[in-house]
Amino acid sequence: MSALDLTATPPRASLVRGSLPSWGPRGLTIGAAIVALGLIAATDVNAALVLVSAVVLCGVGLYAWSRAVEGARTATDRGVTFLVSSAFALAIAPLVSLLYTVVSRGFARFDYQFFTESSRNVVGAGGGASHAILGTLVITGVATLASVPIGILAAVYLQEYGHGRLKRSITFFVDVMTGIPSIVAGLFAYALFALFLGPGIRLGVIGAVALSVLMIPIVVRATEEMLKIVPNHLREASYALGVPKWRTVVKVVLPTALGGIISGVMLAIARVMGETAPLLITTGAFSSVNLNPVDGRMQNLAVFAFNQYKNPGVQREPYFDRAWAAALTLIVLVMTLSLVARLIQRRFGTETR
Amino acid sequence: MSTTPTTSTDAALTAGVPTPPRRPGDRIFSGAATAAGIGILVLLAGVAIFLLQEAWPAIKAAPEDIPGGTGLVDFIAPLAFGTVLGAVIAIVLAVPMAVAVALFITDYAPRRIANTLSYVIDLLAAVPSIVYGLWGIAVLGPAALGIQTWLADHLGFLPFFAGPVSTTGRTMLVVGVVLAVMILPIITAVTREVFARTPRIHREGALALGATRWEMIRMTVLPFGRSAVISASMLGLGRALGETMAVAIILSVSGVVTFNLISSTNPSTIAANIALDFPESSGLDVNALIASGLALFAITLVVNMAARAVITRNEDASR
Repeated sequence: MSALDLTATPPRASLVRGSLPSWGPRGLTIGAAIVALGLIAATDVNAALVLVSAVVLCGVGLYAWSRAVEGARTATDRGVTFLVSSAFALAIAPLVSLLYTVVSRGFARFDYQFFTESSRNVVGAGGGASHAILGTLVITGVATLASVPIGILAAVYLQEYGHGRLKRSITFFVDVMTGIPSIVAGLFAYALFALFLGPGIRLGVIGAVALSVLMIPIVVRATEEMLKIVPNHLREASYALGVPKWRTVVKVVLPTALGGIISGVMLAIARVMGETAPLLITTGAFSSVNLNPVDGRMQNLAVFAFNQYKNPGVQREPYFDRAWAAALTLIVLVMTLSLVARLIQRRFGTETR
Repeated sequence: MSTTPTTSTDAALTAGVPTPPRRPGDRIFSGAATAAGIGILVLLAGVAIFLLQEAWPAIKAAPEDIPGGTGLVDFIAPLAFGTVLGAVIAIVLAVPMAVAVALFITDYAPRRIANTLSYVIDLLAAVPSIVYGLWGIAVLGPAALGIQTWLADHLGFLPFFAGPVSTTGRTMLVVGVVLAVMILPIITAVTREVFARTPRIHREGALALGATRWEMIRMTVLPFGRSAVISASMLGLGRALGETMAVAIILSVSGVVTFNLISSTNPSTIAANIALDFPESSGLDVNALIASGLALFAITLVVNMAARAVITRNEDASR
């Protein structure tokens, strides 16, 4: 009887700090969410305001509860955990909202006509973006053809041949190039061609040059990273067999890094495919199909979306619908490229052992 | 010394060995690689030279010939102000968020889903800027009306929220938020990588001494990653400064210089101004726009070089 009294006396409680039940934080969060959603559904107060105050109250409540039971240090820890998690949720929110908006609004015109017809002589509803889709493919294709060889060769130089001041300055200026604003790349391409072909010139190939300026540093960076992790013993084994250096690079080093290089190139393509600003000022706008990059204006998806949204006709809806459908097409293209690039990276990634 | 066959093997090993004959294939291939490297330098020099050449007529032109009629500096200054203002809002919002997201991925999220989460964040980076612009004007602008009204009502004594509130949501604040969303993945990617490289022994040492998870992060992860956060923020800043389409679509501009973030009169940015005016410009106006582009180039160059300097110093120090 007396032993039972002893175990129940306070000294034990002072040695072992209490702790929240394991369901505590989760239960509080779920409870707050239910109350907030109920409030939004039942009343007509501002949904954003309710959500924000629910998150703040939930965090403060968790902190106070934990502080009362577990003490200041653990309470701070729990508070920060809550803060970091809600910051992550907040960062994901725009992505969810953006994808939902683009898909739901883009679907109205995401039809057969949109992909098979151009917007030649189209006023109001109807028409499509085949000219813009083809233009995007041609311009990005030309830019890729120009940037990939230069980018990969430059990366080979940096990793396999380069030394001294030239290597350092190329590394540095590739980094600098990564930061060139896309509109400046467009101005450069325009200035270059305007010098030879006269002011006011608009050609698909000028846009391709602008995109190359943006693409080359990405390709160089990605390739260089991949060449770096090709193990040296592969190179040395090849030299030991008497293989010349250039054949070692072409037959051993590059194939080993191929998966990574391809995925890097695809990410670079995805990055420049959605560029609007440099194309807006170099390729101009055009409503018919033009597949020749060195003859006349050329349309592309991003500029198409911009123009449809910025300069709608009297009846605005058809123009907005086309803009959203173009945005959806772009997102599908870009995200497919990024995802396939990641899969390739994972499936055929460089063997480092 | 120049013809050692490998850069990888120890120079001492090959020092006494006669260098093998150089084959034509070798010479052609290394020549091509070197030419590509030098080509990049020429390209970048070309960017600077051609921009300067096309900007020159505007630089030496009489003040009254420049758009606005009072000279090139008066033409560029309000645009530069708008550019910096939008980018600063974006940085102030994005950096704490990006650090929190990076911490969530490295330290808080369950191991199994951490990789997937970083893919999702990278997807944000893949979304074209024109789509962000459309989203900003169609969704975020209208959605932010309530908050902007609330800011004007309760914090109206601050110059930033003086109002009157724009009814369309096409304000500098909305632009700043969209820019923040756009640069968040860039800052997150860099900081996440460095946070993940915090020496395991530091983390475990802190935990073994009885630190809570937050105390461990505060004492080991954050000090280790501090310079990475700084340089990543500057890379994000460079990106926000040069961002064009989101600003061009969302912002309702009127060429004023004001700190008022929520009214319908906002300063434009250099990049957005070029995108909006260039297609319809001719003659000296084009040269003036190219001159403003040159100014933007200079601003982003300085920011990026500073970021690279921080990164390089950090890499040297951690070696």
